[in-house]
Order: sequence, then structure tokens, then C-alpha cells
Amino acid sequence: MSAAAEALRSASVATAAPLLRLAGVGKTYRRGVAALGGVDLDIAAGGFVTLLGPSGCGKSTLLRIIAGLTEPSAGERRWAGGAAAPRRGEIGFVFQEPTLMPWATVEGNIYLPLRLAGLSRAEAAPRITEAIAAVGLEGFARAYPRELSGGMRMRVSIARALVTRPRLLLLDEPFAALDEITRLKLNEDLLRLWESEGWTVVFVTHSVFESVFLSQRIVVMTPRPGRVAAELSIDLPYPRETALRMTAEYGAWCRTVSERLAAAMAPHASGTAAG
Amino acid sequence: MNGAARRIARILAPVLVGILVLAAWEAVVRIEGIPRYILPGPILVAETLWTEGPSLLGSLLVTLRITAAALAAAAILGGAIAILFARSRLLELSLFPYAVILQVTPIISIAPLIIIYVQNTFLALLLCAWIVSFFPIVSNTTLGLNSADRNLLALFRLYGASRWQVLRHLRLPTALPYFLAGLRISGGLSLIGVVVAEFTASTGGTETGLASRLIEASYRLEIPRLFAALVLLSLTGIAIYWALSLLSWLLLRRWHESALPETE
Repeated sequence: MSAAAEALRSASVATAAPLLRLAGVGKTYRRGVAALGGVDLDIAAGGFVTLLGPSGCGKSTLLRIIAGLTEPSAGERRWAGGAAAPRRGEIGFVFQEPTLMPWATVEGNIYLPLRLAGLSRAEAAPRITEAIAAVGLEGFARAYPRELSGGMRMRVSIARALVTRPRLLLLDEPFAALDEITRLKLNEDLLRLWESEGWTVVFVTHSVFESVFLSQRIVVMTPRPGRVAAELSIDLPYPRETALRMTAEYGAWCRTVSERLAAAMAPHASGTAAG
Repeated sequence: MNGAARRIARILAPVLVGILVLAAWEAVVRIEGIPRYILPGPILVAETLWTEGPSLLGSLLVTLRITAAALAAAAILGGAIAILFARSRLLELSLFPYAVILQVTPIISIAPLIIIYVQNTFLALLLCAWIVSFFPIVSNTTLGLNSADRNLLALFRLYGASRWQVLRHLRLPTALPYFLAGLRISGGLSLIGVVVAEFTASTGGTETGLASRLIEASYRLEIPRLFAALVLLSLTGIAIYWALSLLSWLLLRRWHESALPETE
């Protein structure tokens, strides 16, 4: 992969209609901890972007700012065409923990966003069934979260996020707590859903391998206060499946991204990253 | 020890201890020839319980009615106060210290005043029992309402949930186990509250509760009857605790850790 080809690929992604533009977004917490130090980022509609960085680099904070759960202390986020914040249900969020209600069944948990939007159980039923099928949990509709494995709980969490048919899906290290086998499987399933549902995905991870496997575009972040250190467009063709992990191209990309991440982690890199 | 053996031991061990203690008690009473107006043996207590049972049972019903009413009031008002506290931090800060004062002041010292000021005996006893029993429910439920998962709260916000929806679908279910734990403590406390209040009010009233019978027996040195009433009172306390534990288990068995076996 030459630098020129990389630049070309970046250009083609950037020309896609942006859904969301972050301009100089910074976040300093009340205790004086600077989590984010001015992030400029365009999120293209329909794209799969990964925020990659070390723990505590503010990537989760950035995701929460995109979701509107946290207010930035500097800069702004603008939606496409100057539109106001998206209506409820247009953003789905998946946390690192499955974050399910233990007192509700799989069905009940997935129903939650629709229930909050005022849909009756009967109105919601077809969409719940559809969401359960999408994540491959047929037959578990009436199970309680405690009866499920970690991977299945995460599937419920994803089904809950997609049941509103969101335009933007935000995932905050969703598979970090899962075992390797489950994680690889969920990576593939997530890609399959992304291709069929047409979401825009912003995915947060600290795993280089995961980011390369999933993303069209990787945004490498510096340690706190987080800034964008590098952006890379991964030109591996979709659909991506297990076999891809064995290829030389995949390996090469993993090496490139690792190098960029290492460079972002080096103390002298943080000064140049702002530019 | 395997599962079955442990289950048997759990029942058998305390029963054996009980039998041994009762046997020792009976033996001491007989060998030492202790008169019945000082310490009756367990056999005599059992006989008294059998013969006096019907009349004591009437008094027990009076006590039980007040206990149940006080517990219901504690559950409803305690739950409502907790919801108000969870809703408004200012309200909690202003009122919580007074709830604590009410809780730490010995009921035995307020009961005489309440009985003077509240003319209706039933209401006076109810109030005493309520004062003793509402606090665990308020404090536990407030804690539960404030313990909602932070990420779930964020998710509710993301989906534009109203405060009522957050309460109904997130805070109340989260608080349920806390509320039930409080209720279990309050069940026993209501009974204690009623007994204390009956002790204080023992002279008045046509319908006398179990505590009044206890005092009456002690005045007349009818110690076997006193013991019989005592046994009945203890059994009632155990039954209340057991019933509330059952209620808790029924409500939580599908999802809460406390209602699940340790290993599945």
C-alpha cells in the first residue's frame, strides 16, 4: 500500500456525504482533566469509522459527545445540512457492558427503545422479532439476561440498538470483555448487519486487529488529551470474512496501523497531532 | 458435604440444638424443683399454650391486625417518601435528618405521648408501629432508586425518556430488591412497635392485644401463660419474616441474584 494510494482512498471517502462534522471538539472535566484536546472529524454517511487509541485517550468521551450524552466544553458537532440533533431512535448506542435490564427478558430489553417512544407491545412485536433474528437469538426471546452467555448478552444489546433502525450506530468497545472466539464471530456478524442495514457506524476499540478487520476508516488518537493523530482508509474489500485474517494484506495493514498507533503514543507525536 | 446432606444438616442441626436446650430446661426445672410461678418447664408451657390457645389467639389477631396495617402504611408511605427523596435532592437533604431522629428516638419514650394525643387506640398503636418500621423502607428504597445503572440511565436519555418513564421502567425495578429487603426488616419492627405500644397502652381499650395479655399474666404471676404468649409472639414474628421472604423470593426469583442458588 503506497502513500499515494492511501491518500486517494482518503479522498474518495471524504467526498461521501458527511453525516456529522466535529469541529475543534474538546472536553475538559470539572476536575480539570482534559480528556479531549480539539478533534476535527467528518463522519461520512454509511461509513464504518473506528476510533483507535490507548485506554483513557478520550475516545469514549468523543463517542458520548457524538451521541449527545456529554456536552463538549469546546468546539461543536454539526449534523448534515445544518440539521438539528437527530430525532430519538436515530442513534443507537452499544456500551462495553451489555447494559441490559436484569428484570426484563430478551424481548423486554429489545422492546425498551420502542416502548420509550410510545409503541405498544403489539405494534413493536414484528420489529422485536426481526431484531432478534438479525442477531441470531431466535428461541431466546423469553430468556432472562442471567441465563445467557456474555456473547449472547452483547447480541441482545446490539439488537436493542438496531430495533429503532438507527441512522447512526455508536459502539464503545463492545467486544472488549468477550473471549477471542466470540469476539471474532461478533465482528463478522456486525459487518454483515452493517452491510445489510446501511447504518453509519462509529466504533471505539483499542484493538488494532479489530479495527483493521472492521473499518473503512481508522482514526488513530493520541493519549490524553485525545487528538486525531492519523487517519487511515483501509482498502480491503467487503464482505470481509475469517479468511481475510490470514491474508498478507490484512497483516500489512495491521502492521501499518500498529506503527501509527505507536507513533501516536510516543511523547513527541502529541505536539504535531493537532495540525 | 454434598448438596442433599447439607440441606438435611441445615434443618436437622438447629432442630437438634433446640431439642437439647428444651430437654436441659425441663431437666433443670424438674431436678431443682423450681416452682411454676418462677420458671415453668417447656412441657407445661406447651400445655398452657394448648389450653389457653383459643383465648390467646383472639388477642393475637388484634395485634396482627395492627401490625399488618402498620406494615402496609410503612410500605406505601415509606415507598412514596423514598420516591420524593429520589426525585428531589433538596427534599432528601431537608427531611432525611428528621427521619433519622424519628428512627433513633426509642419508641418506648414517645409511645406514652402518642397514646395521650391520639384518642383512637387503634390509630395510636398504628402510629407507634409505623414510626418504628417506616425507616428501613425509606432508607433502603432511596438507596435503590439512586442505584440505577449509569449506562442504562444514559440509554434512557438517548431515547428521550421522560422522568416518569425513567422512574417506571428503570428506577423502580432497580429499587425493588432494596425495597423488599427493607420490608423484611420492617415486618419484624412493626410487630415490636405494636407490642411496645400495647405495653404502654395496656390499661385502656376493650380489645386487648397479645402484649396486654403478657403484662396481665406477669401481674398475676401466671408465668406459664406469660411464656405461652411469648412463644406465640415469637412464632408470629417468624411467620411474618418468613412470609415476607417468600414474597421477596416470588417477586425476584426470575432475575435477581439474591433469589438464585449459588451454583447452577
